[in-house]
Amino acid sequence: MTSETLGRRRGPRQGPSLKDRLTDWGLPLLGLVAVIALWWAATVVFSIEKFLVPSPVDVVDAFIGQAGYLMAQTWVTLLETVEGFLLAAVIGVPIAMLIAGSRLLEKMIYPLLLAVNAVPKIAIAPILVVWMGFGQMPKIVMVFLLCFFPIVISTATGLKSTPAELAELVRSYGASRMQAFFKVRFPYALPQVMVGLKTAISLAVIGAVIAEFVGADAGLGFVIVQSGASADTPLAFASMVLLGIISIVLFYGLSALENLVLPWAEENR
Amino acid sequence: MIELRHVSQVFSGRQGEVHALDDINLEVDGNEFVTLVGRSGCGKSTMLRMIAGLLKPTSGTITVAGEPVTKPRQDVSFMFQRAALLPWRTVLDNVMLPVEILRLDKAVHRERAHELIELVGLAGFEKRLPRELSGGMQQRVSLCRSLIQNPKVLLMDEPFSALDALTREELSVELQRIKMEQETTIVFVTHSIEEAVLLADRVVVLSPRPGRLRKIVEVDIPRPRTLGHNAHADRVTEVSAELHELLVPAPAGGAA
Repeated sequence: MTSETLGRRRGPRQGPSLKDRLTDWGLPLLGLVAVIALWWAATVVFSIEKFLVPSPVDVVDAFIGQAGYLMAQTWVTLLETVEGFLLAAVIGVPIAMLIAGSRLLEKMIYPLLLAVNAVPKIAIAPILVVWMGFGQMPKIVMVFLLCFFPIVISTATGLKSTPAELAELVRSYGASRMQAFFKVRFPYALPQVMVGLKTAISLAVIGAVIAEFVGADAGLGFVIVQSGASADTPLAFASMVLLGIISIVLFYGLSALENLVLPWAEENR
Repeated sequence: MIELRHVSQVFSGRQGEVHALDDINLEVDGNEFVTLVGRSGCGKSTMLRMIAGLLKPTSGTITVAGEPVTKPRQDVSFMFQRAALLPWRTVLDNVMLPVEILRLDKAVHRERAHELIELVGLAGFEKRLPRELSGGMQQRVSLCRSLIQNPKVLLMDEPFSALDALTREELSVELQRIKMEQETTIVFVTHSIEEAVLLADRVVVLSPRPGRLRKIVEVDIPRPRTLGHNAHADRVTEVSAELHELLVPAPAGGAA
């Protein structure tokens, strides 16, 4: 091998250094601490009433006071979110395959999908309650509705973005449609599928809460509505923090999965 | 090995018909190295794609190993201008792709893959991903992939033109060496007169719009040829000059 080629290749990947770790974790943590401190200071300095804006301490108190109850409600919301999301992925990806695979189907289904997506989902929430009652089902369906569209769009886009030279390459070996799909098109679309899944997971939590607002007897959204009615603002805040945590954990869980499964994708450093 | 008889290709576009190739007759012998040169738009790539079975000629017949070409053949390989490697596959797995598609014996060909990777000087890089390689190295992997099923015919569409000048030269010399070790008929499209003279037994000169066969120049310089100082420098200059005159119009408005 000559010096020309050796000089340009990248060395083996090394783990992040201590400094990188500090900036990765330290800086967001610093930001969080600063915001909480400001919030606390504001409630003390302006002596804001607890039922208007509770201080961080009030929120922590509220959480500790009802920890068991809150964890149970968190579990309910988390389950609805994950179930709806998985359902959307399991149904959305094959539908995207159909759309990407056939012009006819694309023309038939695509405008319909756009129209359905244009309807504000919150408008459907009361109807879902009428149809399915107060159980978990209408929540799962709402999460599904919010997640489905970004997954389908992203996946279909990914499947249609196979570079011409790769398509021609497999054709030059006389590959069948199935071979071309599984050896090239689908793997090539995977990073784009992940983009759709990551967009969807953020929407998933929103979907669960919307559905719980409208009609529920459990879940964090239900807790927020209840504490609003009884002016128990610290409890509502505690629930919101838990919702935030669910969202962050799910998103980074997906990112970690992506790094594990698609180490070759450009998006990852 | 390859025979083109009265081959024409007409593309119908928005501005009417475009005659890409017009009545091409050409015979390429087994184990011969032919380069196609010509200016942009003379149908070089079109001709290659038709031999590969990726494109049907509008009229005329093309045969490879005596059989008419109707679809891509297992014993014909096509190498593109870009490396076209699958980014999620390692070097070795990229080289093995045709073996999987053509459903050939994996164990046998894995051994051959290792040999080829060594032949192009990439031993030790089998487990690397394409993005960890330079452009020149990627194109070497692409070359291994196009040789893996031991093709009778290798069609190369400006395979080194996306590389920098030095890497390009180095790969041309290497291709010549590999060609001397492997029995393969090669048709090689290029813009570069230097490349054409270095590699070819015969240089086929095409003229543009419509693409016609203008002249076939025999390159009778003994191998291995090099681009630096060598004993045949005079002959190289002579052939290059001839090709140059054919390809670049004379200042006084000569028709080319």
